[in-house]
Amino acid sequence: MKTASPFLELEDTPRVDVSFEGTTLRLPVGANLAASLLAAGVEVFRHTPVSGAPRAPFCMMGACFECLVEVDGIARQACMIDVTEGLKVTRAHGREAQNDAS
Amino acid sequence: MMRRDLVIIGAGPAGMAAASEAAGRGLSVSILDEQPRAGGQIYRDVDRVAPLRGDILGPEYTHGTSLTAGLLQDAIDHICGAVVWAIEEGFRISFTRDGSGAQIDADRILLATGALERPMPLPGWTLPGVMTAGAGQILLKQSGVVARHAILVGSGPLLYLIAAQMVRAGTPPTAMIETQTRGNMIHAARHLGGALRGWRYLVKGARMLAEITRARVPRYTGATGISIEGTDKARAVCFTSKGCTHRIPCDTVMLHHGVVPNTQAARSMGVKHTWETTQNCFIPQTDDWFQSGIEGVFIAGDGAGIGGAKAAEFAGRLAALQIACQTGHLPQADRDQSATMLHRQLAYEKAARPFLDAAYPPCTEALLPEDKTVICRCEEVTAGDIRRFAKLGCIGPNQTKAFGRAGMGPCQGRYCGLSVTALLAQANDQTPDETGYYRIRPPLKPVTLGELAAMNDSTLDATE
Amino acid sequence: MDTDYTIIGGGIVGLSVAWGLLQRGLTVTVLDGDDGSFRASRGNFGLVWVQSKGMNQPRYASWSQQSAAIWADFTHELGENTGHTVPLEQRGGYDLHFSEETLEATVAQYEVLKAKLGGNYPYDVLGHNALHKEEPHIGPKVVGAILHHQDGHANPLKLLTALAADVRRMGARVLTGKTVTEVSKPDAFRVTCADGTTVTSNKVVLSAGLGAATLGPAMGFKAPIRPQRGQVLITEKLPKLINRPSLIARQVDEGGIQIGATNEEVGLDDRVTQPGLSGLAAEAIAAYPALARAQLVRSWSALRILSPDGLPIYQESPDMAGAFLVTCHSGITLAAAHARLLPDWLEGTNATLDLEVFNENRFTIS
Repeated sequence: MKTASPFLELEDTPRVDVSFEGTTLRLPVGANLAASLLAAGVEVFRHTPVSGAPRAPFCMMGACFECLVEVDGIARQACMIDVTEGLKVTRAHGREAQNDAS
Repeated sequence: MMRRDLVIIGAGPAGMAAASEAAGRGLSVSILDEQPRAGGQIYRDVDRVAPLRGDILGPEYTHGTSLTAGLLQDAIDHICGAVVWAIEEGFRISFTRDGSGAQIDADRILLATGALERPMPLPGWTLPGVMTAGAGQILLKQSGVVARHAILVGSGPLLYLIAAQMVRAGTPPTAMIETQTRGNMIHAARHLGGALRGWRYLVKGARMLAEITRARVPRYTGATGISIEGTDKARAVCFTSKGCTHRIPCDTVMLHHGVVPNTQAARSMGVKHTWETTQNCFIPQTDDWFQSGIEGVFIAGDGAGIGGAKAAEFAGRLAALQIACQTGHLPQADRDQSATMLHRQLAYEKAARPFLDAAYPPCTEALLPEDKTVICRCEEVTAGDIRRFAKLGCIGPNQTKAFGRAGMGPCQGRYCGLSVTALLAQANDQTPDETGYYRIRPPLKPVTLGELAAMNDSTLDATE
Repeated sequence: MDTDYTIIGGGIVGLSVAWGLLQRGLTVTVLDGDDGSFRASRGNFGLVWVQSKGMNQPRYASWSQQSAAIWADFTHELGENTGHTVPLEQRGGYDLHFSEETLEATVAQYEVLKAKLGGNYPYDVLGHNALHKEEPHIGPKVVGAILHHQDGHANPLKLLTALAADVRRMGARVLTGKTVTEVSKPDAFRVTCADGTTVTSNKVVLSAGLGAATLGPAMGFKAPIRPQRGQVLITEKLPKLINRPSLIARQVDEGGIQIGATNEEVGLDDRVTQPGLSGLAAEAIAAYPALARAQLVRSWSALRILSPDGLPIYQESPDMAGAFLVTCHSGITLAAAHARLLPDWLEGTNATLDLEVFNENRFTIS
C-alpha cells in the first residue's frame, strides 16, 4: 500500500500516526481523511457487499458513500472525517474484505 | 427544543448569504452544515485554504471568505458537522453531530443543499481511480492533493476550470476527452445574445482554454464510445474521436458532464419537482422569492436549478429578504427596494447559462448507457436490468427499486436516480415528468440505530 | 370478451390469484396501478408466518399453515419458470419476549389454539440461555422466545418480481398505470379505468388493496377495510448477526437487518416519523445490542390492509355474481395458498376448500 501514490501533495504539513488496516500511516493532521489516504497510496477503500468489487472515493463530498471505512466499529465516510492522532481505520466489511489485495 | 425563526441547511454560497442577510434583519438563524467548516463545495474550507492556495484557485474561490465572514454574527448559530437526516412538519429537523442525534425546530426552512455531479455511468466508472471532476477539484482545493496522471472526461466549464487549476499547480492533466461537438457549439451560438450579457464568463472561459493549450494538454473533442479499462483500478481510457480510436493510459479518471440540483431534502418534504429540459434534470418548483409550494420552505442556490455560486449568493439573499418580510422583520417596501438590485444581478449571472447548457450538453451515452453498464453503484444494478424491469411492467423508479434494488443503497439514489428516470422514460415512451423520481424518505443520510434509539425518550420532552 | 378474468390490482395478492388462474388454463387481464400507488406489496416485512395468527379463529391459523407448507414448492416453481429465484428460509421464527409474564400468557394462548388444531402447532419455548445458543447476539433484556417451527421469511420483492415475470410468461395481459373507476355488469363484466380503457370479462377479482374500500361497496361488497401504518427500518448490509427472524427484526438475504414495524392508525398517511424510527431502533437494540452501531440506510412505511378482525376476506358479490373480493394483510404468507388453492374456490371446482369463515357475513352492517 506504500507504493508510489497516483496523487501528489502540494504542501508539507505536520503529520500524525493513523492506523489503516493495522498499518501505521503518517497523515497530515487536520486534513481530510479520504484525501490523505489517497495521497498515502491507498487505492482500495472497501469492497462492495454485493459483488466484492473494489471501490475508492468518488465524490469527495459526502454523497456517494464509496469511501466508507470503519472507525470504532461504525461505517463512516472517510471524506467527512478529519485526520486526528491515533485514528484507527479499517476497510468497511465487504463481501471479500478479508482477502483483498492492494 | 430550540426554536429558530429560520433554519438553513447548507453553508455554501446560498446558505451563507441568506444567513447573513436574515440575521442582519433581526431573525434568529441556525445554519446546519455537514462540513467541519463553512464554504460548501464551491468555497470548500475557504478560510483555511485561501491563504495556502488562493493563487492556484483564483479570486472566484477566495471571494468565499467574504461569505464566511458574514456568518460571524451573534444571531447566527453555525452548527457545523451536522448531518441532517429528517425534516418533518412543524418544521422539525433531526440531525447527527459528534455521534449523537439532536433536533431543532424552525418557523421557516431554507434548503441550500447545492448541486451534485450529474451521474456519468460509463463502462468502468465504478473502478478505483475514477472520480467526479468535482472530487478531483475538492482534493486540490481542500487538501492540496492533485492527481499525477489524470484524464478528464466529459464536457462543461468545470472541466476547463479544474484543468487550468491543475496546470497552475504544476501537474497538468494527461489528456482531456471532451464529448461536446462543433455542432453543439454552432447550435449554442444562437444563445450568444444572452451570453454576451454574461461576457465576463466567456472571457474567463477563453483564458482557461488558453492556459490549458499553453500547457500542451491534448484535447479530443466529440469523443464517443468511451470506456474505462481496468479490473482492480482504472488503467486507461478508450474512446473514438474524429474517426480514430484511442487508448490513453492513466491512474486517475475525472468525469464531468454538468451538475444537477441536489433535491434529496426537498423531495423528502414532498416539494413538487418538474423536469427542466434545458438543464436535463428535475428542479423544485419555487416562486420569485424561492419559496416552494410548501409554505415556509424555501430553496435557493444550485439546489433550485443550476446557476453557479454568484447566482446562489444573490438567490440566498432574496430568499432571506422574503423570509424577513414574512416574519415581520422587514417592511415590504424595504424588501422590494433591496431586492431590485439583487434580481438584476441574478439575471446577469444567469445570462450565460443557456449558451453553456447548449454548448456543453450532457454526454448522450452516459444518459442512456449500454445494457451492461452499472447505473446504481451501491447495489450494482445495470442499465439492462432497468430495461428488463420496464418490460415487466415497471413504469416508475419506485417500481424498479422494488424489483431490482436500484436506489436502495446508502447513497439513496443520488447517483442513479436521473439515470433510472431516463432509462424508464425511454423504455416506456413517457416523459421524465410522467416517469417520476424516487420517493425520498428519511434518513437522508445514514444514521446509527444507537443515535436513533437515544432519541426515543427525549422525543416525549420535545413535544411539550 | 377480452379474457375470462379481470384482476383489479397487480400486487402480490392479485398476481398470485392471476398465476393460479393462468395455471388452470384461464385467460386473465391484470389492471395495475402506477408508481406512486399505495403498494403494500413493496412495503411489507417479508415474513412467511404462522404463529400468533388466528388466535380466535383456528381456520385462519390452519389456512396460514396450509400456505406456509406449500410456499417453498410454489416459489421454486416460479424460480424455475422465470429465473427469478425467491430467497426463502423456513427454519422457524421467534416471538421474542422482554418479560416472563407476556411469555407465559402467550404460551397459554398457543396451547388453546394448539388443541383446536389437533396438535399441529409445533413450537418450543426457549429461555434466555437456550435462545442465546441459537442467537449469540441476543441481548440480556430478552427473557426468552417462542420458537415456532412453521415460521420463516422470504424476499418479498423477489416474489413480486417473479410473479410479474411468470404471469406475463403465461400470457397474462397486464395493463399498468390504471386506476379503475367503475365496474358494471350489463351482461359480462365491464371494467372502466380513469384513462378510458375498458376491459370485459366473465369474472372479476377485486384485489386492489386499500382501493377496495371505495370500489368494493360499488360492487356490492361491504369491504370494511382500513389502512394501518407500519414503519420499517433497514440497516447497511452486515455480516451474519441474526439467524432466525422475529417480529422485531430479521436479517434479509442481502445482509441488511430489517426492523419493524409500527402499528399506527393514521389513515392514508404513509410517511415515516422520527419517533417511529427511534422507537423501533430502541426495541431492536434491546433485542440485539450490537445493532446500536449499525447504520440505518433506509426506512419506509406501508399501509396494512386490515379488516375489523384482521382476517382475510374472500367473498363473492351478492349483487354481481362472478365478482370476488380477495383481500388480506398477509399477502406474502398467503401467496402460495392464493396461487395454488384459491382459484378452486373462484372456479367452484373444490368444494372441500372450506373458506366459509372468511366471508363478509361475519361483519355486521354499521
